Amino acid sequence: MIKHLLTILVTLMLWVPNFASAADPKVAFIYVGPVGDGGWTYAHDLGRRHLEKMGVETTYVESVPETDSERVLRNLARRGYDIIFTTSFGYMDPTLNVAKQFPDTIFMHASGFRTHDNMGNYFARMYQARYLVGMVAGMMTKSDKIGIIGSHPIPEIIRHINAFTLGVRSVNPKATTQVIWVNSWFDPAKEGAAANSLMDNGADIVTITTDSAAATQTAAKRGLYSIGNDSDMTLYGPEAHLTANIFNWGIYYEHIYNQVKNGTWKPSSDWWGIETGAVDLAPFGKMVPKNVQDMVMAKKAEIVSGEFVVFKGPIKGQDGSTAIAAGAFPSDQDLLSMMYYVEGVVGDIPQ
Amino acid sequence: MTTPEILTIILTTAVTMGTPLLFATLGGVLSERAGVIHLGMEGIMLVSALVTFVVDLQTGSKVLALIGAMMAAGALSGLHGFVCISLRGNQIASGLALALFGTGLSGLFGDALIGSTVTSLDRIPIPGLELIPILGSAFFNQDWMVYLSYVLVAGLWFMLFHTNWGLQIRSVGEAPIVCDALGLSVAKIRFLCVIFGGMLIGLGGAYFPMVLTSFWVDDLTAGRGWIAVALVIFAFWHPGKALWGAYLFGAAIAFQLQAQVMGLKIPSYILEMFPYLLTIVVLTVVTVRNRRAGQTFMPAALGLPFFRGDKH
Repeated sequence: MIKHLLTILVTLMLWVPNFASAADPKVAFIYVGPVGDGGWTYAHDLGRRHLEKMGVETTYVESVPETDSERVLRNLARRGYDIIFTTSFGYMDPTLNVAKQFPDTIFMHASGFRTHDNMGNYFARMYQARYLVGMVAGMMTKSDKIGIIGSHPIPEIIRHINAFTLGVRSVNPKATTQVIWVNSWFDPAKEGAAANSLMDNGADIVTITTDSAAATQTAAKRGLYSIGNDSDMTLYGPEAHLTANIFNWGIYYEHIYNQVKNGTWKPSSDWWGIETGAVDLAPFGKMVPKNVQDMVMAKKAEIVSGEFVVFKGPIKGQDGSTAIAAGAFPSDQDLLSMMYYVEGVVGDIPQ
Repeated sequence: MTTPEILTIILTTAVTMGTPLLFATLGGVLSERAGVIHLGMEGIMLVSALVTFVVDLQTGSKVLALIGAMMAAGALSGLHGFVCISLRGNQIASGLALALFGTGLSGLFGDALIGSTVTSLDRIPIPGLELIPILGSAFFNQDWMVYLSYVLVAGLWFMLFHTNWGLQIRSVGEAPIVCDALGLSVAKIRFLCVIFGGMLIGLGGAYFPMVLTSFWVDDLTAGRGWIAVALVIFAFWHPGKALWGAYLFGAAIAFQLQAQVMGLKIPSYILEMFPYLLTIVVLTVVTVRNRRAGQTFMPAALGLPFFRGDKH
């Protein structure tokens, strides 16, 4: 009898630490690129470090190929991480598969659209910041040609190109944006070559949907301007970097962490806007005149208050036809599946 | 924009994008001619890129940076040589391990460098030659590392096919047992080729911070070390053909970018596939043709560890 009681006691004692660790969730991240990319992955890792500063136990696995992500995810779940953030579109189905196998682990997938009992997805309305940096480009260009280095032709990127172009043309209706696809998220040498191609063909400002600072460097070398993406890229070319559209993922990760810790988490699709601070602009370069900065900040305030909406009809498609009817607001679903260019974009969407 | 101008832009980009591939391919050719497969190129390129960046940042000297890169690349390749030649380990496994090790190493020590930048090499036009229409400005208005690559192509070709050293190297790659019987040190020749080959691969890594991306990011070669592995075969272990192979890959990127700017309706994916497709086609055609003629281009002892005398 005593023996049995002892066994129960010991078992209970062994259980206690487990309860304690359930109260303090451990958080894991998988990244598609290296944390040192200075862009997309770097921005997520700044969010992770924000959690670390709060005293949360975190880990990450970087440069995980989308095809190998299931194995990595299963491994992390087995190692007892309570929340796993998967930060690339291509991780969507692998995340869902692994989520079904580990019902006690919470999975959060960035930039996709699938949910499950223990899987949510999240993104931030970066297109709002893209519109604002587009305004900067529209006012700063002299050649009225702005280059965009595209990564992969998926709705997210098309939406960003469109929002940027709408921003450019809201202040400079003569200007056009020229897109070059490099079919890669991260290839500094090729991004640099693409920036050169765009500038050889008359662009005097380049922006990117890829992850490295190569375009900013190339612009700095040629005495032209650039707009960074995902993270503040000023360091790589202070005299070229006008501003950047950036993520502040720490705000969102803290929110999810607290929900899980308090047991209030539910699967959902979050799409946080500029009003939450999850997306923002990097500080302006000193060559951006005060009046330009003021105009952009005024527009930002309008977006934050809801007075201005980036995608609101009438918006014309690339060929001049009506893409969004006058007064219409496309639903989030429409925005998430956007696969056409707006008027002012030069180039084709690869099929 | 006129056609000659467009061609010049494409060719110029082809040369700058092709040059790191060319250096690495030459290194692979030298190593493999002596019979040692070198799959570790990606890792060696990343480590030598890192060393170039650090030395340049600390000293401001491009020459010192290049020497540092070559020493680091030579040391890592020496490790490969030790495993493959001294220990007679599996060359493929050792090469793959080196590729992964180098990638990790550069990431680990590169973290502290994120955000710093160096200056890149200026273009130095060669008087006279740069005036040749179209080709002049693409090939003779480049940085000095490009000119160094021309010299290395010619030098390596001459050394391999027109000197006694070259004959020894190629013999060691074809028939090490015969060389051994003739009194040549197979191990010594292979070691030298692996180390010097590694140094050439290191030049390919150094080209990134020197010219292409004058800031540090992890993984900045973005897989070009693996393309170079394929290019060694594509070039049939010949320095001259390595030049065309490397520029072909560079030109595919250049054309892909330029076609988009010009609004040509060619899907960029097709252009991206093109050099790989060509690699497969050329390899198939040439291999089939040569098999009929009873010839092979691959060094006969490539990948085989050498066991002396009757020990095996």
